[in-house]
Amino acid sequence: MNKSTLHTVNKSPFERSAFISALNHLKPGDALLMTEDGVVGARKGSAFAGQLDKVTKSCGVYVLGPDLAARGMAENDVIQGVKLVDYGGFVDLVTTHHRTQAWL
Amino acid sequence: MKFGILVNEGPYTHQASDSAYQFTKAALEKGHEIFRVFFYNDGVNNGSRLTVPPQDDRNLQKAWTDLAQKHKLDLVVCIAAAQRRGILDEGEAKRHGKDANNIAPGFRISGLGQLVEAGIVADRLVVFGD
Amino acid sequence: MTDVNAPQVNTDVKKKFMFVNRKAPYGTIYALEALEVVLISAAFEQDVSLAFLDDGVYQLMKGQDTIGIGMKNFSPTYRALGDYDVTKLYVERESLDERGLKPEVLMEITYEDENEDFAQKPSVHFVSRSELTEIMAQQDVLLNF
Repeated sequence: MNKSTLHTVNKSPFERSAFISALNHLKPGDALLMTEDGVVGARKGSAFAGQLDKVTKSCGVYVLGPDLAARGMAENDVIQGVKLVDYGGFVDLVTTHHRTQAWL
Repeated sequence: MKFGILVNEGPYTHQASDSAYQFTKAALEKGHEIFRVFFYNDGVNNGSRLTVPPQDDRNLQKAWTDLAQKHKLDLVVCIAAAQRRGILDEGEAKRHGKDANNIAPGFRISGLGQLVEAGIVADRLVVFGD
Repeated sequence: MTDVNAPQVNTDVKKKFMFVNRKAPYGTIYALEALEVVLISAAFEQDVSLAFLDDGVYQLMKGQDTIGIGMKNFSPTYRALGDYDVTKLYVERESLDERGLKPEVLMEITYEDENEDFAQKPSVHFVSRSELTEIMAQQDVLLNF
């Protein structure tokens, strides 16, 4: 099995440094999932879009769809390369990767 | 797979408990096993039966209690964190000379060893916090 | 009375547990309550390590004087970790640099190596961000608070 890590970020990069800390500790093949207020970090045109775009080249980048919708956004609001998942998809990400690290 | 779920925040103030609940539900729907849901830090407040949330919104304590009953889940509230924050069962209340207890049905109070055990026994441990 | 913390599990299973500390002490309870889990984990004979990065490096500052804020200074507990067989404390260098901290301002935490005549050895290992990333990628369970 792939011994990669799923990194979850649940806070906005504008509120908390957790998003950047997560980015600083990614390995190729890892996955990054933005949930709760963390979905703000996936938006097109945000100050963090460039950094997140770089990540999509080496890691799977995901955003929790229900949290995006709750904050008035949809699939076409996030940067290219970011995939939407629902809670079932969140569960699948946890099982696919060997460990989960919550960047709180 | 067997999951361990760690909930570090109380109901409503943070989304953590909601996220953990939705994740837990989804995992069960996919046929996974939830070995334990452990409530730590302010997460112990999810286990109070005295909450009276507004009728037009979700009742988190009841949601956890009902899910636990339906799927025979083990919801554990950390004893040390609970003592700090005033979540007691009958035994704890008696032991510490308190005039009431407030643990919700389906939750049990136990030690941090239960969290470590979950980390050992579960295939995956998922943390929901601030 | 049964010890609710007594291991019920097959302790032939030895997993790598890492406690990730990213917050300063006292502003929130996470540093203290994370440490309480670390102490309990000693009873389960797992491979336990701690990581201190971002503001978590402040948990290891020398000379924490909490009298003025009326809170208990729990930093001596870090020094006792060696007695619990927790001997790997990783401190991220970049986190120190970003905060204008030098290694000398942190507590000296040691353990007694019973394989080498109880020689005192340092528990704190200063590692780079990329080294810590590799160490994290070796873990089975990552606990964050």
